Amino acid sequence: MTVIVAKELTTALAALREHADARLIQGGTDLMVEINFNHVKPTTMVSLRDVEALRTIRTDTPGIMSIGSGVPYSVIEGEPVLTAIPALAQASRTVGSPQIRAAGSLGGNLGTCSPAGDTLPVMFALDAMIHLNTLDSSRVVSIHDFMTGVKRSVRQHDEIITAIDFPIIRGWQGYSKVGVRNAMVISVASACLVADHENANVRIALGSVGPTIIRCRESEAWLQSSQDLSAGQSISLDVANEFGRRAAAESSPIDDHRSTAEYRRHAISVLASRLLRKAYQ
Amino acid sequence: MSANEFYTLRVNGRTHQVQDSWVGESLLYVLRERLGLPGTKGACEQGECGSCTVLMDDAAVCACLVMAATAINSEIVTVEGIATESTLTDVQQSFVDEGAVQCGFCTPGLIVAVHHLLEKNPQPSEFEVKEAISGNICRCTGYGRVFAAVEATIRQRNAVK
Repeated sequence: MTVIVAKELTTALAALREHADARLIQGGTDLMVEINFNHVKPTTMVSLRDVEALRTIRTDTPGIMSIGSGVPYSVIEGEPVLTAIPALAQASRTVGSPQIRAAGSLGGNLGTCSPAGDTLPVMFALDAMIHLNTLDSSRVVSIHDFMTGVKRSVRQHDEIITAIDFPIIRGWQGYSKVGVRNAMVISVASACLVADHENANVRIALGSVGPTIIRCRESEAWLQSSQDLSAGQSISLDVANEFGRRAAAESSPIDDHRSTAEYRRHAISVLASRLLRKAYQ
Repeated sequence: MSANEFYTLRVNGRTHQVQDSWVGESLLYVLRERLGLPGTKGACEQGECGSCTVLMDDAAVCACLVMAATAINSEIVTVEGIATESTLTDVQQSFVDEGAVQCGFCTPGLIVAVHHLLEKNPQPSEFEVKEAISGNICRCTGYGRVFAAVEATIRQRNAVK
């Protein structure tokens, strides 16, 4: 087995080109579990831990915050992300424990691409754009096209996720999840709601209740056609509960070791209703 | 680096050579089995329990989730490295005095997590203490005595000032 510890992005990209068997490792919080339990036996590893270029937060494009794929959650949960993209900071704060948050990153969440990935519903609600680089090319993919299934994405072997662009939106946003305790919880169901005051709309994305993250487009359209969603408005409990029921209907959960489909559907209806009430109280 | 090469790690201010190891080994395994530093404990090996908490470039992380060979450019501090020689730190002494140790398996991880918290935030609120050790599981104490040990340490430090 070979381990390549890259300091420059180009070193890592060249190593991926050269070794068809190479696997990327950033914080290690997902992959090392697989390795410790002998579920995978990698032969070539490319470590991104020391690639400083992936650890920057940029705001040079107006209206966009671009977060490097290697920025740890422990940084994302604070400023400047907390003010610019509060739902992302919130979601990052619910990941694992302080030890996990010091190691894990958005690049890892996207690389693993689990439907339970905490930051993915935030990306779906905000229409985040994913930057992918190879040694000689680059492309930007919408999160909606990036994730294709359970732990499946359009990332090619020789590509590295370098940054994620988030639009900065005026209005309330939040992330909630249901799990068995406060720390170290892999979500049973989660939801991110973003109220865009400028465009008078609401977006909601659900985690852990389908093979990919689910954007509830029909519920969003129903809400926009029946309510005034600009700043300062309020939403009645009846409307919020109906919104919750509709969001739950758009989810497609399964029974597994963490919960049942029925409970997950119920959890989504409660989360969606509460988030909407918080956004317009 | 590949299978039969050696690599070096910086642990507790010293440079250690890691030889004859499989390079996919976790930092936890390398510390305990290759470098003779068994203070860091291994329990779940999936980042759930915090027994293997070490400091890596001044961040508290689970050593079981670090591939040791990727840590060649990092400064690592284990529970063996936070005290000088044979004396206990005030955090360690408070754990002893307050009875925050029962079976002792989670203790090194908790000591490192608390040590790290008080370095970063000398006057943490109760909530901040709870959050700082939320990644460390203890099945004996019920945490009450652990919180008492943290409070005792803060009290003593404030009295010295």
